[in-house]
Amino acid sequence: MNWTLLAVQLLNGLQLGILLFLLASGLTLIFGIMDVVNLAHGSLYMAGAFLCATFTQWFDSFLLGLLAALPAVAIIGLLVELIVIRRLYQRDHLDHVLATFGLILAFDALTQMIWGPDGQVIPLPAWLDGQVMLTADIVLPTYRLAIITTGLLVGIGLFVLVTRTRLGMRIRAGATNRTMISALGINIGMLFSIVFGIGAVLAGLAGMMIAPITEASIGMGNQIIIVAFVVIVIGGIGSIKGAFIAAILVGLIDTMGRSYLDVLFKLFMSAQNAETSAPAISAMLIYILMAVILAVRPTGLFGPRGH
Amino acid sequence: MKLRIVLLSVVATLTALPAAAADTVKIGFVTTLTTPAGAIGRDMVEAANIALDHIGHKMGGKDVEFIVEDDGFKPEIGKQKTDKLVKQDDVDFITGFIWSHVLLASKKSALDGGKFLISANAGPSPLAGKACHKNFFSSSWQNDQNPMATGEVLNSKGVKKLYIMSPNYAAGKNMVSGVERTFKGEVVGKDMTKWGKDMQLDFSAELAKAKASGADAIFVFYPGPAGPAFIKQYEQAGLRGKIPLYTVFTVDALSLTRLQKAGLGGVLGSWNTMFWAPDLDNATNKRFVADFKAKTGRYPTHYAAQAYDAIMLIKSGVDAVDGNTDDQDGIRTAMSKADFPSVRGKYRYGPNHFPIQNFYLRTVKADANGDWFVSYVSTVLTDHQDTYHDQCHL
Repeated sequence: MNWTLLAVQLLNGLQLGILLFLLASGLTLIFGIMDVVNLAHGSLYMAGAFLCATFTQWFDSFLLGLLAALPAVAIIGLLVELIVIRRLYQRDHLDHVLATFGLILAFDALTQMIWGPDGQVIPLPAWLDGQVMLTADIVLPTYRLAIITTGLLVGIGLFVLVTRTRLGMRIRAGATNRTMISALGINIGMLFSIVFGIGAVLAGLAGMMIAPITEASIGMGNQIIIVAFVVIVIGGIGSIKGAFIAAILVGLIDTMGRSYLDVLFKLFMSAQNAETSAPAISAMLIYILMAVILAVRPTGLFGPRGH
Repeated sequence: MKLRIVLLSVVATLTALPAAAADTVKIGFVTTLTTPAGAIGRDMVEAANIALDHIGHKMGGKDVEFIVEDDGFKPEIGKQKTDKLVKQDDVDFITGFIWSHVLLASKKSALDGGKFLISANAGPSPLAGKACHKNFFSSSWQNDQNPMATGEVLNSKGVKKLYIMSPNYAAGKNMVSGVERTFKGEVVGKDMTKWGKDMQLDFSAELAKAKASGADAIFVFYPGPAGPAFIKQYEQAGLRGKIPLYTVFTVDALSLTRLQKAGLGGVLGSWNTMFWAPDLDNATNKRFVADFKAKTGRYPTHYAAQAYDAIMLIKSGVDAVDGNTDDQDGIRTAMSKADFPSVRGKYRYGPNHFPIQNFYLRTVKADANGDWFVSYVSTVLTDHQDTYHDQCHL
């Protein structure tokens, strides 16, 4: 057993989990509080990445690009809520899926019209582009550590927002019983807009964090949104804590599967079969996890006991 | 009675119409125009149009009708589009095809429909071996060949331990078996990552394994959008200067434009192997590269070079039969001579209609204007034929 490699892979898994958390926390709020299935959440993730790429090129600085892209994504999110999502609250889930799937197509086409089919590269400043030596052997790219740190800070911020502020109280109340809080005279429309805006910013931030690693590319959100849904289902819909724990769990399982499954398979099958079947099976691991958790706890790890 | 004659003549004119339409040479082009891989398809269509401009949009004295279809990076869509080209458009030739899995899914529709199928990129092993077909031609290479050349380069550079990474699909498996066939050292690790529209683009776990494996070199095949992503993460992981990188189909004019824009200089000086280079010294290539640059402002990719050659190959066939596209035997005989000005210089066809050609070592450097491109270094394999040709019985 190579312990250094194990430690590095745990950190890699943590980083993937943090990224999923940024995406899933917004999704779980929107689904849990507004009861809207927002498939287009991944489009906001993509929008964040592309805007950050363009702003980074304009300002010649990743940090400035990021800071400029965050409010831009918030505005896009609020516009989407105002123009499309607001009309869906009274409708059923099938209409949500149809409308937000349409949004995905519209966002993808719009992105291709503005930026063309090429991906957008985001260059990192030198201080983020190197490596950090945690110990003599454990060396990690600085940027991956930056993602972990940012994600944890955002997680703490969200935790404080939800548990310590008046807005958070309303959000929690909304997640528990929507009819009751509107009966208590709280402006539910305003609350929904704020929640959607927060979700959009979190998704956009996730896109901005991943783009320097993988590039901003069309449809990038459609790949990860499925995993984000798995995360919120495992964590329990509407629960930020659940989203956090599930995201880390999914990140670790996915990374460990990619790292060690082929080694494991080689113990009882030919090397060639192990090499081709391991990636397929490791891609399935998180869905197996979801199935097991749903069988044991149908509302997820931290899901509401009753609606 | 009069009515019947009128009806008959109407029917006669209607049925005669398709025959009149056959006065053009119809070429269908299946490629990827959407998804992040769409940039590749755009490059190929651009090059095919330059080829058509160069020949005045005429083959064998007839006008050329050029129909482009988007496969959406999906085998099932590629097959649907091929069916459409065969049945609805009734084309004479179907070409394009970036992806091996798309080509393998579409080949039956094209070949059973009695059309010529010319791959302008994908070269999956079945089509070179047991599933070869008299009407299938390649204007590119068999998948294993470029990595086989890389394997030879690795041997000559004294690499003993190699780490391999590749996407898990038909071409990826061919690339891996290609490099393993010629590389004489030990393969200390291998990762086959998820591919397709939802491809894996974050390679943190794989790079950590490569680093821990004690390899002297990393070999990767990451075409299209995965290429720049991989190269950036390779640099971010601090492997540049520690474990040298050898690639096939990962560094090309498309990824270099992006990498240069972002100032990611780590790719300069990296090695790759290919059947062609933009600075390969022949008249056809010079004209093609100059016209492509004039039109797009950047260097053509190998995808573009192959698309250009595919059109010229078709022209050589149609010219030989004076535009009589019903004479398939004549077209086939002419095309199998590869008697046309190719951007790679002169080459021949093997019995399976895959090129027997040279493979070159290339490196990334800046040209006189400071633009990055992949430049010819040396010849690695001369008149190289794929390894599957003796399984092909035509």
